[in-house]
Amino acid sequence: MSNGIKETNTPMNRIGFGLLYLVLGLVALFQIYPLVWLFIFSLKQNSEIFGRSPFALPEDPQWGNYAKAWTDGNISQFFFNSVWITVISVILTVLLASFVTFAITRMHWKLSSLVLGMFMVGIMIPIHSTLIPLFDFFNRLNVIDNPLSIILSYVAFNLPLTIMILLGFYYTLPREVEEAAVMDGCSVHRIFFQITLPMTTPVISTTVIINMIYNWNEFVFVNTFISSDTWKTLTVGIQNFVGQYLTDWGAIGATLMISIIPVLIAYFILSNRIVEGIAAGSVKG
Amino acid sequence: MNKVMSNKVVIALYVLPALLLIGVLMFVPIILSGYYGLMDWDGIGAMKFIGLENYAELMGDGKFWDSAYHSFLLALFSTISLIAYLAISLILANKLKGSELLRKIYLIPMLLSSVAIAQLWLKVYDPNNGILNSLLTTLGVDNPPAWLADTDTVLFSIFIAIIWQYAGFYIIIYSAALKGIPESLVEAARIDGANPIQIAYKIKIPLIMGVIKVTVVLAIVGSLKYFDLIYVMTGGGPNGASEVMASYMYRQAFGTYNFGYGSAVGFALLVICLILTWLIRKLTASGDEIQY
Repeated sequence: MSNGIKETNTPMNRIGFGLLYLVLGLVALFQIYPLVWLFIFSLKQNSEIFGRSPFALPEDPQWGNYAKAWTDGNISQFFFNSVWITVISVILTVLLASFVTFAITRMHWKLSSLVLGMFMVGIMIPIHSTLIPLFDFFNRLNVIDNPLSIILSYVAFNLPLTIMILLGFYYTLPREVEEAAVMDGCSVHRIFFQITLPMTTPVISTTVIINMIYNWNEFVFVNTFISSDTWKTLTVGIQNFVGQYLTDWGAIGATLMISIIPVLIAYFILSNRIVEGIAAGSVKG
Repeated sequence: MNKVMSNKVVIALYVLPALLLIGVLMFVPIILSGYYGLMDWDGIGAMKFIGLENYAELMGDGKFWDSAYHSFLLALFSTISLIAYLAISLILANKLKGSELLRKIYLIPMLLSSVAIAQLWLKVYDPNNGILNSLLTTLGVDNPPAWLADTDTVLFSIFIAIIWQYAGFYIIIYSAALKGIPESLVEAARIDGANPIQIAYKIKIPLIMGVIKVTVVLAIVGSLKYFDLIYVMTGGGPNGASEVMASYMYRQAFGTYNFGYGSAVGFALLVICLILTWLIRKLTASGDEIQY
């Protein structure tokens, strides 16, 4: 122990630490600066963007760019669609995943490991290999260009990961309370809704926030299944907007910021849960 | 106890909705994708069975193999970049001040939509008004490349944006794994006189080898099916120079309404991903897992 302290105090080590921090800081700059620049040019007018150094701060911040994107560019509509489609999908995903995880970890049935295996295989299925059959399927059901097609897809494709994150928590959760409830003659539904669900709130919040971010950012399903502006979400809406306002960098920047800000706010408040969810979801694969 | 918790009706009620969803929307489409690959089909009219013709055409389709080559380049590039992420994570694991904050900053791009990232990097690479070429001009570079408009630089330029997107993700995974190593092991090695680099090589990396293997699979398979950023940034262009397997499939199906052929490409993508996952797992399988 004393050896360690001595070593960190030598001048060589101090230079070493300085260099390490420099490298780490440069990586952080690389990760964050494009976003800072985005914010800067979202407040500029075209004459500044095309005439002056891109590094300069906006002379007269053009908050009007945001108003323009929000109203003229239909972004408010896309934003609202993203919100409600995300909320419904997340509730359905987490509820269905909790049912499955409860049944697999708490109830006794022969096929439970087979069913679990199927969900775990689901994690590996590439979305693109399913797109054409899915498009055809929704087309036949007449729900193409209908939010139902994307909500169902979001729920299905996020179930495996959500179950995987929930499983880790359910396995470590003590069963005594649930067992006592069974002794007292509680029904399974009451145990699930009044005991298990409340006890799993920490992991539920992790899965909720992870699912929210994935659904909010999803692009391929919406781009493939939805064609009318009424149902488009933000990601595809941005594509529309950029196509229309090709040279208006300020308004494009504002649109991108509008799509990013909710996620950044969520990250600012819930960063630990998000980091935890991302780590849990991948490591156990 | 057993009676309540093995009620078949309740189990069916809890499991079937989710199972039905992944069955109908994931497993059935995967099988259908292989089946549609046997058809001549424009997505609207009647299907015509043509046997293995699409798959035979795929074998000789130079554009498909070009896109596969680009996908494999991305896979190679992503795998090599894992070394840098691991190095950064190992440095951060030495209880540096501010390491928690740095990790959180690194992760930010991963939380943004691919569309937003693609649009942002389109602006970064803009030959006249983007920050990259402005920086290069300031540094005295005379004729900086046009990046995304140049067939020689487009693929590499997109790879950098993908690195930007995923770096934090892998650093978070490695950091979580490194946190799981018992402090006593590292402390014991330190007392025995091991320096931080020896500790990293001889203790930490071997102990998280399982996680490293998982990330290799994630990076390779994730790269092979990568789509969003490329589709938005270049659409596979210019002149197919940044086409990857998924974007080729997408253009065949939803661009030129070649649903039959597109399905064959999609199915080939699936098969390639599955074979590689199996192969990597097999190649990296070690006899006994390390216990601590």
